[in-house]
Amino acid sequence: MDIQVIIDNLPLYFQGLRVTILLVVSSLILGLCLALPIALLATSKNRWVSIVPKAFIYFFRGTPLLVQMFMIYHGMGQFEAVHESFLWVIFKQAYACALLAFALNTAAYTAEILRGTIEQTAFGEIEAAKACGMSNAMIYRRIILPSTFRRALPAYGNEVIFMLHGSALAGVITIVDLFGAAKIVNARNFVPFESFITAGLFYLALTFLIVWGFKRVERHWHAYLHPRES
Amino acid sequence: MSYIVDYLPLILKGMLLTVELALLSLLIAFVLGMIGALAKLSKSRIARSVAGFYTTVMRGTPELVTMTLIFFGGQILVNNIGEKLGLEYIDVSPFMAGVLTIGFIYGAYMTETFRGGILAVSRGEIEAGYAFGMTPIQVFLRITFPAMVRHALPGFGNNWLVLVKATALVSVIGLQDMVYNAGLAGGSTRKPFTFYCVVAFLFLIITGISDVGVRWMDRRYSVGVRRA
Repeated sequence: MDIQVIIDNLPLYFQGLRVTILLVVSSLILGLCLALPIALLATSKNRWVSIVPKAFIYFFRGTPLLVQMFMIYHGMGQFEAVHESFLWVIFKQAYACALLAFALNTAAYTAEILRGTIEQTAFGEIEAAKACGMSNAMIYRRIILPSTFRRALPAYGNEVIFMLHGSALAGVITIVDLFGAAKIVNARNFVPFESFITAGLFYLALTFLIVWGFKRVERHWHAYLHPRES
Repeated sequence: MSYIVDYLPLILKGMLLTVELALLSLLIAFVLGMIGALAKLSKSRIARSVAGFYTTVMRGTPELVTMTLIFFGGQILVNNIGEKLGLEYIDVSPFMAGVLTIGFIYGAYMTETFRGGILAVSRGEIEAGYAFGMTPIQVFLRITFPAMVRHALPGFGNNWLVLVKATALVSVIGLQDMVYNAGLAGGSTRKPFTFYCVVAFLFLIITGISDVGVRWMDRRYSVGVRRA
């Protein structure tokens, strides 16, 4: 074990940590914004409305994130229209491509979580809301969505961890995130164990942080579910 | 469109490798998952903590990091051990490295699934087995395992689908699976998007077939269960 190499390269790892966190947080925010309308459309009873979001969910959940990322990063240059328009400014950057792929991917997974949770809302609650004379929009705003977000929380916590792990793929397309940093350290010094285990420890720490954070939020949001302490 | 047809054999060859890789890894993951689940439920504190460490680390780090670590580090490790034992240079094939890595990672996920399945088997059935004078192994093979399959199947099916998608990562360490070959085809025809689309479609076919298979097994193992 050559600890000195790792200590010397710690600034690089922290730089990678910053990129990883930025990438994950921004794709999660984008993904969540996309996921809600997709989930709402997917729960529509009109088959022609729900087919497009359902196909979107099916495609992004059924194919590897790596392939999706390559389709955007390597694939978009194939189209003249993209190549010659202002869009090329976006698609020629590895960072923007990774962000787009991650955001769409997590949007699909999150939409599926929300769709399942929305559909499992207790029918009595909706009936009661209707009996109180609430409009459809109001039922969503006051009854369905608040309870959906609560019930979806544990599954969403898992999705956040999956996104963190998926973000390591950014290192494949030249981005210096945590994995990219480990790759550079390994290539310069040929220390595969030290370099990748260090990156793994960083990811492990982030995973624990996410698990801990979600537990705290759950304790707050699910407080009404806990047995009363005497 | 003829260029797709030209490169289709190459991509299908990659698909064969993907499927082989996935099935062999599944076998390893299954065995490791079973051992892990039994270790986690055992009375021995050492077995429990080893299994706990294994699942926490594997599920807490990205597959890609574990894979590159085992791929780059595994070769050195094997040779260091080989040297001490006085063996000749052993070449770790990328295929074996891929199978072992994916199997090792998903063994951790399987451990959790199987643990949940075993816990869902009613205690009385297991006790009844012991009351008949069966040995622990007999109880496991005749009662716990068959009864557990039904509970573990949904999780097992999910893990399998995630595993299939994770095989795409081996293209990063240079194994010529269908993603890698699509990259080659896309590079030489300058139509990468088209070929990655083909690969995505092939992945959807694999997952679609798996879905049918899991549903069939679910029916098969829930024969005695009444459903509303």
